Amino acid sequence: MSLMDTKPLLGRVEEVGGLVDLNAYEAGQGYEAARKALTSMSPEEIVSLVKDSNLRGRGGAGFPTGLKWSFVPQGDAAGEGAKYLVCNADEMEPGTFKDRFLLENNPHVLIEGMIIGAYAIQAEKAYIFLRGEYHQPYQRLVEALADATARGFLGGGIFGTDFNLDLRIHSSAGRYICGEETALLNALEGKRAQPRTKPPFPPASGAWGRPTIVNNVETFCNVPGIVRNGVEWYQGLGLTEDAGTKIYGISGRVNRPGLWELPIGTPIRELVERHAGGMREGFELKGILPGGASTDFLVEEHFDLAMDYGTIQAAGSRMGTGTMILMDNSVCPVDMSRNLQHFFAQESCGFCTPCREGLPWVEALLLDIEEGRGQEGDLEVLDRNAQFIGAPGNTFCLHATGAIEPLQSALKYFREDFEEHIRTGKCPYHRRHL
Amino acid sequence: MSETELVHVLSGEEIAEIEAEIAHLPDRESAAIDALMIVQKHRGWVSDTSLHAIARLLGMSSDALDSIATFYNLIFRQPVGRHVAMVCDSVSCYVMGADGLGKAIQEYLGIAFGGTTDDDRFTLLPIVCLGACDKAPTMMIDDELIENVTAERLGEIFGRFE
Repeated sequence: MSLMDTKPLLGRVEEVGGLVDLNAYEAGQGYEAARKALTSMSPEEIVSLVKDSNLRGRGGAGFPTGLKWSFVPQGDAAGEGAKYLVCNADEMEPGTFKDRFLLENNPHVLIEGMIIGAYAIQAEKAYIFLRGEYHQPYQRLVEALADATARGFLGGGIFGTDFNLDLRIHSSAGRYICGEETALLNALEGKRAQPRTKPPFPPASGAWGRPTIVNNVETFCNVPGIVRNGVEWYQGLGLTEDAGTKIYGISGRVNRPGLWELPIGTPIRELVERHAGGMREGFELKGILPGGASTDFLVEEHFDLAMDYGTIQAAGSRMGTGTMILMDNSVCPVDMSRNLQHFFAQESCGFCTPCREGLPWVEALLLDIEEGRGQEGDLEVLDRNAQFIGAPGNTFCLHATGAIEPLQSALKYFREDFEEHIRTGKCPYHRRHL
Repeated sequence: MSETELVHVLSGEEIAEIEAEIAHLPDRESAAIDALMIVQKHRGWVSDTSLHAIARLLGMSSDALDSIATFYNLIFRQPVGRHVAMVCDSVSCYVMGADGLGKAIQEYLGIAFGGTTDDDRFTLLPIVCLGACDKAPTMMIDDELIENVTAERLGEIFGRFE
């Protein structure tokens, strides 16, 4: 059994000790899955396989990938014109650094996953929508695309079939909202990245009004393994009801911050203690944002839970991107909440009033409390605004909803900290400007 | 200036690069962001004159193009220094002390965020999460990601950019 059987995304990176170039990738069964898919399977068979595998979107929302693919009209029902496959590589969720690592170290597993995905939905045009700040990933992708094209894995008549694929990189000019899939499509079309009305959803009407699938980098990277080793193997990788592996990450004051590809459902405490080496001496773990800035805080009572979609959701948060941000006992929860709301207020596209006006207002109130200008009743005002701004349906997309998740949970779990700021007129934490 | 003269504010190289993007898109306007980024790559920023020229080249109004240019964080509608330094102010870097680091960098360069040094060497901007959170705090100067930044390293870091 090779590392590829237990770590289909990063096992080869571990074996090679860094960048897996085309030769190294092929030596580790690379492009065998794409060859198998295009030469011996029908598009419908691949969609069914991915559906049966129970692969769920790794970008944060966890939507079943095969089900999403099955919504794309096939044959005459698709009408005239191109279909598009898009990789969302606009990794901008604060605290998330997994897609950068995949792109820099194993670009071919993404390209192979996209070839299979494009064939499955019969799209002959594909884009990797890449963060403008990701210069190193860009270089690695440019080289990998050139190598794959030279070997005949991209372009016309792939693997001797009549399937063609034109795969290009679109470098973004930078805005968090581009990660929302319909905003991303507007950006891809050269427009302002404002989210679109749904329905229609992108599989029916996406890029330039044509059927389009948008998936996260890590999601596509799961596909070659599923095609190569099958559904039973894939489901056997997970520890809980979810299937496959997950790239988990930890940032904050631990001994070994980093990323690890592990069975999905690995418990939080095992990630912190065993993989990240525990907290640094002198620091205690106070809370975590389990899957990026837009997920609810979890605290001590949750640390034995499995990091999977259902368990974390039942605990009132979301697994999100699976990259956790740790808050230690030296960090002020009020000021950390201010930092988070600053991000979301700044990155609001400005289209809906609760998001455009509400988030800066919440940020300002948090700054007042942090700097000792808090007043009695402020927390009730924050509670009320969290409910109003965060309620799905009050805004066009889920930006504001995500923004409020860490705030409502901070108000719940760290309420005493908020109250102490207001009661004493100062922040009891002293390392804010460390 | 006539329409033709206006377009030719742009260099032959810029126009060729923009036309190459248009060639694989369904329409000319779809190249708006690419075109802005291409001109910025050559000139450092997008002036009003450049903006009008790009708009004519793409067959769209200058106002429509400006609404796109001003939406995106990485398109500069004001002149910037020879190097653009961007310091992450998002949550992982915040936990690891980015607020204090931001203050130290402003003092080191003698400018506030949004400013440019008198010698036009550096423009300093905040930036959202750079996706290297296990090596926080992070910053980026031009295309280069710099990890595990500390106040003590500022001389060494900034000294490499002339």
